[in-house]
Amino acid sequence: MYQPELESMSREKIDELQLQRVQRVLKRVYENVPLYRRKFDDAGFDPDSVRGLDDLRRVPFTVKDDLRSAYPFGMFATPMRDIVRVHSSSGTTGQITVVGYTRRDIDTWSDLMARTYASAGATPDDVVQVTYGYGLFTGGLGAHYGSERLGALTIPVSGGNTKRQVQILKDFGVTVLACTPSYALLIAETAMDMGIDVRDLPLRVGVFGAEPWSDSMRKQIEHAMGITAIDIYGLSEVMGPGVAAECVHQEGLHVFEDHFLIEIVDSQTLEPVPDGEYGEVVFTTLTKEGIPVIRYRTRDISRIIPEPCVCGRTFRRMERVTGRSDDMLIIRGVNVFPSQIEQVLGSIQGVAPHYLVVLSRKGALDHVEVQVEVSPEFRFDEVRELERLQKRVKAEIESALAVSIDVKLVEPKTIARSEGKAKRVLDMRDELGGA
Amino acid sequence: MIDQVSVFLENKRGRLAELSRALGNAGIDMHALMIADTEEFGVVRIICDRPNEAAALLDEEGFSASVTPVLAVAVPDRPGGLADVLEALERERISVEYAYCFVEPSGAAAVDIFKVDGPGADIVLSNAGFRLLAPAELYSPDS
Repeated sequence: MYQPELESMSREKIDELQLQRVQRVLKRVYENVPLYRRKFDDAGFDPDSVRGLDDLRRVPFTVKDDLRSAYPFGMFATPMRDIVRVHSSSGTTGQITVVGYTRRDIDTWSDLMARTYASAGATPDDVVQVTYGYGLFTGGLGAHYGSERLGALTIPVSGGNTKRQVQILKDFGVTVLACTPSYALLIAETAMDMGIDVRDLPLRVGVFGAEPWSDSMRKQIEHAMGITAIDIYGLSEVMGPGVAAECVHQEGLHVFEDHFLIEIVDSQTLEPVPDGEYGEVVFTTLTKEGIPVIRYRTRDISRIIPEPCVCGRTFRRMERVTGRSDDMLIIRGVNVFPSQIEQVLGSIQGVAPHYLVVLSRKGALDHVEVQVEVSPEFRFDEVRELERLQKRVKAEIESALAVSIDVKLVEPKTIARSEGKAKRVLDMRDELGGA
Repeated sequence: MIDQVSVFLENKRGRLAELSRALGNAGIDMHALMIADTEEFGVVRIICDRPNEAAALLDEEGFSASVTPVLAVAVPDRPGGLADVLEALERERISVEYAYCFVEPSGAAAVDIFKVDGPGADIVLSNAGFRLLAPAELYSPDS
């Protein structure tokens, strides 16, 4: 453990600390963030009225749209001169949300990521390759600062140029790899193509996140690379990576409860569910200064694992996230909303606004095929007109989504219609080596 | 100029049969059929009776159909017949987008169907002495 006195605090101390901190942050946002003052007033909620953690159920939620409507800095709770960094969520312009950090926030975040590496078995003697993207995305810099805080040798490679990633992995004697799980697999495959067996290298640990990945994918990576691969969890709205992390026992992710209050709520009724039941994950930040969030609905589905963990950490674990309650997809680490596709199709003559996104795994990376109906009214005659249409649809969708896709033109009315919300996505990626 | 029906078809088994049956059920007789294919889909071109009615009917049946005007030229059915027509177009710098031919049932002439880029090809061919066929010579036109 990086901070054993904190990570193995008694349950009573955790609850006490959480209550104190949540009372403080509720007052702080009420006084400093107009959106929260409005929310609390509209709900008739008095920020001074929380006497126990159960009272939290009376507090209004925060959703992604709140952050969108506050773009760029409307939800910050500190004066701008105290903000030393901003990051944003992945996604296209117009959909991004911005988060801000004070010096103390960066410091806390570094500690949380140091805890994350330590819980994977890393120490200051390790050599860490940070392959998460550096930039507005929280992954790269989050992983970087945590590794430096731990005291490990930190290599800021960022993403891309896979051959070079492999060369560095080998030449620099890397022992810890931080990247997305699908990219890890690609690195392993590329290494093989280069005649390098990653299992022969000193690489020992993988710290993987930013996208959901299955147990069978974990086994595949661990086998291909000869490492222990742990799952980490976070989101920029709450901090970045470093909200929760698995320990070496790989049975759920310890939530850093001294900084984040986790609730699981029924995604229809929004009432908290008993520990152990599935529901939507909701976080309240207890110590963040720049942009605290209160009862932020993540749309991720998970449950609390109530039993204590053999590692000795007293922070409760959440199960690995396997689904979302809205329709957001994560494709090659990028957040994609299928509804953006609808908007694009609506502006193109010749196609109907009906589409189907078929996701599969080709090798290590996600493959996306968007099936689009040719509209019956589309006047065409030559093959090249159809090819042009296909190319145009592809270019416009790629521009809107920021991921590369294939487009397949299909005949009118072949995409299933439904009453209520149409099933727009066929995700065949669950098991590795499947579709 | 005559009317040709073009239909977009995915490369799915049975689709062409369904298309043909749809026209058959509506009492629409086909006189020529040609498919241009790519890896993912095909464009079916049909000379048939009442082409505009046929296209509307196919739209209703769930196909994506259009009507395109094309040239129908009568060409003596002998070696060099087609080359004569193409050279006449080439002299006037008219490009052929696609073409296909079939022989009239009577056997006297071949019918060459052309899609060309730009207007004026019918005049060029008439002036060069070729006979353009009217719709009624090939199919029952829409009323």
